[in-house]
Amino acid sequence: MIFVTVGTQLTFDRLINTIDQWAATSSDEVIAQIGPSDLKPKNMLWQQFLSPTEFSEYIEKARVIIAHAGMGSILTAMQFKKPIIILPRREKFGEHRNDHQFATAKQFINVEGIHVAMDDGELVSLLQSIQSLTVCSGVSPYASPELLTAITCFIEES
Amino acid sequence: MVFILSKSKKILAIASGGGHWVQLLRLRPAFEGSQVTYVTTIDGYQSALGDAKCFVIKDASRWDKLGLLIMLFQIFFILIQIRPDVLITTGAAPGVFALRLGKLFRAKTLWLDSIANAEDISLSGKIAGPHADLWLTQWQELEKEEGPFYKGRVL
Repeated sequence: MIFVTVGTQLTFDRLINTIDQWAATSSDEVIAQIGPSDLKPKNMLWQQFLSPTEFSEYIEKARVIIAHAGMGSILTAMQFKKPIIILPRREKFGEHRNDHQFATAKQFINVEGIHVAMDDGELVSLLQSIQSLTVCSGVSPYASPELLTAITCFIEES
Repeated sequence: MVFILSKSKKILAIASGGGHWVQLLRLRPAFEGSQVTYVTTIDGYQSALGDAKCFVIKDASRWDKLGLLIMLFQIFFILIQIRPDVLITTGAAPGVFALRLGKLFRAKTLWLDSIANAEDISLSGKIAGPHADLWLTQWQELEKEEGPFYKGRVL
């Protein structure tokens, strides 16, 4: 099963439309969380919103995740060891109020298991090789020791 | 022999649902030994928190003035109840309010800007960060003398 998510806040119709078109020829079942969108995808099961429990269940069952370049989606995929394709929202398309997702995407280009599509064309290419995407070999469930130490000291000194 | 037992600290850990929340949870080892209360904007996260209390407040962005007002009052009443020693937030809007109000309650405050903000501090970080006792960025390139400081990342 391929699970698609646009995050908890905004629509991302460009992503949903591209995936819906591709899903017509996909051998995998595709399920999408589409946000507060008016779209009615034809080739995949969809819901606007999911509870955290439902979201976790879909992430666990998914073979591949496709998402906006949101940190919640990226970190969740890494924690669950699922390959993830990310497409950043762009300010110029009105998909977000700034381009920080574009900046995020650039930072993750060489990270194992994170497959970055900077535009629709790259997304379609990645979808064509969806059967062989690499996965992140695992990430700690917690922050870096450096950050944890800094915060522990901050708490102790207060 | 005299044992000095320090009272365990009360922490209020607050973050919007989604990416901010996922990052906040990655800080949990630092909260060990303290009494933590969580605050977020999405219902349904509580099961991951064990026995820790979790308040769910209204989500609102800067264009929803009424929503922000409701959020402000909700946070105020949580602070009255909890009276934390320490307030830690990864953003966004709820963190801004909590940080400013937290100071009224004499809490020590920490703002950790999201790892998503790789090229510029977030808007809410720019508003709240200068008022935090510790203002952190997760990108060394964004570190400045007066803050934010870089002390590592959630990943």
